[in-house]
Amino acid sequence: MSDTSRASTKKALPEHFKAYKHVWVAVELEHGVVHPVSFELLGEGRKLADKRGVDLAGVVMGGDEASVLAAAQECFEYGADLVYTVTDKVLADYRNETATKALTDLVNSYKPEILLLGATNLGRDLAGSVATTLRTGLTADSTGLEIDDEGSLAATRPTFGGSLLCTIMTLNFRPQMATVRPRVMAMPARQPGRVGRIVEHPLGLAEDEVVTKVLKFIADRASNKAQLAYADIVVAGGLGLRSAENFQLVKSLAEVLGAEYGGSRPLVQKGWITAERQIGQTGKTIRPKLYIAAGISGAIQHRVGVEGADLIVAINTDPNAQIFQFAHLGIVADAIEFLPRLTEAFRSYLSVNRLAG
Amino acid sequence: MHIAVCMKQVPDSAQIRVHPVTNTIMRQGVPTIINPYDLFALEEALRLRDKFGGEVTVLTMGPPMAEDSLRKALTFGADRAVLLTDRFFAGSDTLATSFALSAALEKIAAEFGETPIVFTGKQTIDGDTAQVGPGIAKRLGLNQLTYVSRIAEVDQAGQTITVERRAEGGVQLLQTRLPVLITMLEGTNEIRRGSLADAYRAASAKLVSWNAADAGIVDLAKCGLRGSPTIVKKVFAPQARAEAARMLAVEDGAEAVMTEIFVRQPALEAELMRFASGQ
Ligand SMILES: Cc1cc2nc3c(=O)[nH]c(=O)nc-3n(C[C@H](O)[C@H](O)[C@H](O)COP(=O)(O)OP(=O)(O)OC[C@H]3O[C@@H](n4cnc5c(N)ncnc54)[C@H](O)[C@@H]3O)c2cc1C
Ligand SMILES: Nc1ncnc2c1ncn2[C@@H]1O[C@H](COP(=O)(O)O)[C@@H](O)[C@H]1O
Repeated sequence: MSDTSRASTKKALPEHFKAYKHVWVAVELEHGVVHPVSFELLGEGRKLADKRGVDLAGVVMGGDEASVLAAAQECFEYGADLVYTVTDKVLADYRNETATKALTDLVNSYKPEILLLGATNLGRDLAGSVATTLRTGLTADSTGLEIDDEGSLAATRPTFGGSLLCTIMTLNFRPQMATVRPRVMAMPARQPGRVGRIVEHPLGLAEDEVVTKVLKFIADRASNKAQLAYADIVVAGGLGLRSAENFQLVKSLAEVLGAEYGGSRPLVQKGWITAERQIGQTGKTIRPKLYIAAGISGAIQHRVGVEGADLIVAINTDPNAQIFQFAHLGIVADAIEFLPRLTEAFRSYLSVNRLAG
Repeated sequence: MHIAVCMKQVPDSAQIRVHPVTNTIMRQGVPTIINPYDLFALEEALRLRDKFGGEVTVLTMGPPMAEDSLRKALTFGADRAVLLTDRFFAGSDTLATSFALSAALEKIAAEFGETPIVFTGKQTIDGDTAQVGPGIAKRLGLNQLTYVSRIAEVDQAGQTITVERRAEGGVQLLQTRLPVLITMLEGTNEIRRGSLADAYRAASAKLVSWNAADAGIVDLAKCGLRGSPTIVKKVFAPQARAEAARMLAVEDGAEAVMTEIFVRQPALEAELMRFASGQ
């Protein structure tokens, strides 16, 4: 994937792949909960399926009937026409071995033309194994999915270098696979009560045939994790802030707004912020109602992580900074000087109106 | 125990520049480094070797100049370095890369002894897919342990390994049988400085260099561009938003910015008010 100068070859889909139809989303069901990225992918998959005139299917693999059926119902409500289910105690905890077998068996039996997975730890662990087993193409961390004029999946992702995108296709193999990170695609509207068809498929694997055992699962304490990805307002800083001390200005504004704070990747490398506060392609993707970026240049890897925000406000000293190409509101200013003024403006406005109200 | 570590030489991303007119990556003069994520894999391998004895072999597929990274790995204490280099590998996507690396790993096992543990990094900073590790595991039939944050125990007699793995919403304590492929999570250890003796050894060490044929690859159609199911259709610069940003000047003041935010996001004003009152 690193070499972007590869010549494009002609499409010559072998005869045996022509039976491959429909768009699938591999749903992440863990500990009874579906990861939101699966619903985001169903929303996106719906558009692809409609464009192709085919069905959208969810694939739900899990350890018990109740949670599998509940997840399947959610898939229908988020747009799936049908759901393939594999229910087996062996699938209770995610394991590469069991999930790879379940998903590759389904693909070989029911032949989808497009297979989407979340670019989470689980999705990437699974996608790489499935694509290799099936010897097909996989585009990781896509930020845009389209159907081209010939009906093929065109997956776009940032490419090496900081300011370019590339579109990748799998012309001669099926399924065409892609992973997409959480929050990159919008959450579709839920249609309560929407129904669909369930196709059950057996796993055919006994626990004593599975080599890897989950001895324990230690759930994260939710409290110590930044809820950046789901915040309504995010304030972030970049290298333009010049020092870790100045980053405090970002935190102060965030505090007044009840916002989460984050930053560009170099700040993580410098140790000004922790890794879970990095925003962008290799950090968190966010979709807040308001995103304020101070001293951030707007490289493509940062851009793809924030483009889903409803309103992007950028503060940068350089009027030609890339970030002004995708911001809605731009202020050419020294952030170190401007951030405190903005913080103060909000603080006084909110305190006055709170007293009035 | 003989341990193999796959590591890639990558351009130092911080210094990459894109040609402003042609939009192509300007590789000339860009310094290269060992993919930073792979150093966590290397250090973990070195620790296991120090504990159990044995050797660490590092493997890189890349152009001849990737030798620099391999030599660097020797200064950290790796025992042997293998460079897999051939023009047939050019243009490899993840499937073709995992094919070539798997062939080389098989050859390493045959020449220098079985490798019950193969490490890769979590991902590269140029390819950035995190898929090559799982690809190798599948091809070689290794038990796959991705996003490993800690190796809790290796039981050589029982041929088992127990690790902590970063999963969604928590950590899994996993036990599996050797041989395994481990992709090591970042921040889990710190690469050692390496001894003076290692530095001397690295400077004069003879690297093992294999082309496709040396690595036992017969089917060249599985390599490089030809062996890659994915095709890069186009490379392009991102477009500016259709509606240009409204630019405010410093003189307009912070109040003007706040007002403009509320004009564009009316619901936000009410939410902030509620938030302020709730304080
Ligand atoms: C594979 C890969 C993955 C990556 N992933 C990510 C990622 O997930 N997230 C990410 O953010 N980056 C990522 N990057 C890095 C990215 O390409 C950029 O290098 C990075 O985003 C730049 O950070 P920055 O904007 O803070 O710094 P710079 O690019 O140095 O920009 C600083 C900006 O601040 C402005 N400035 C200077 N002084 C002031 C001041 N006083 N007030 C206001 N503005 C000022 C400057 O004009 C400039 O625009 C990735 C790169 C690669 C190769
Ligand atoms: N050309 C290569 N040579 C050796 N190892 C590689 C190569 N490409 C990828 N890897 C390994 O595979 C991991 C994942 O790479 P990627 O799928 O590109 O993100 C890296 O951290 C390396 O350990």
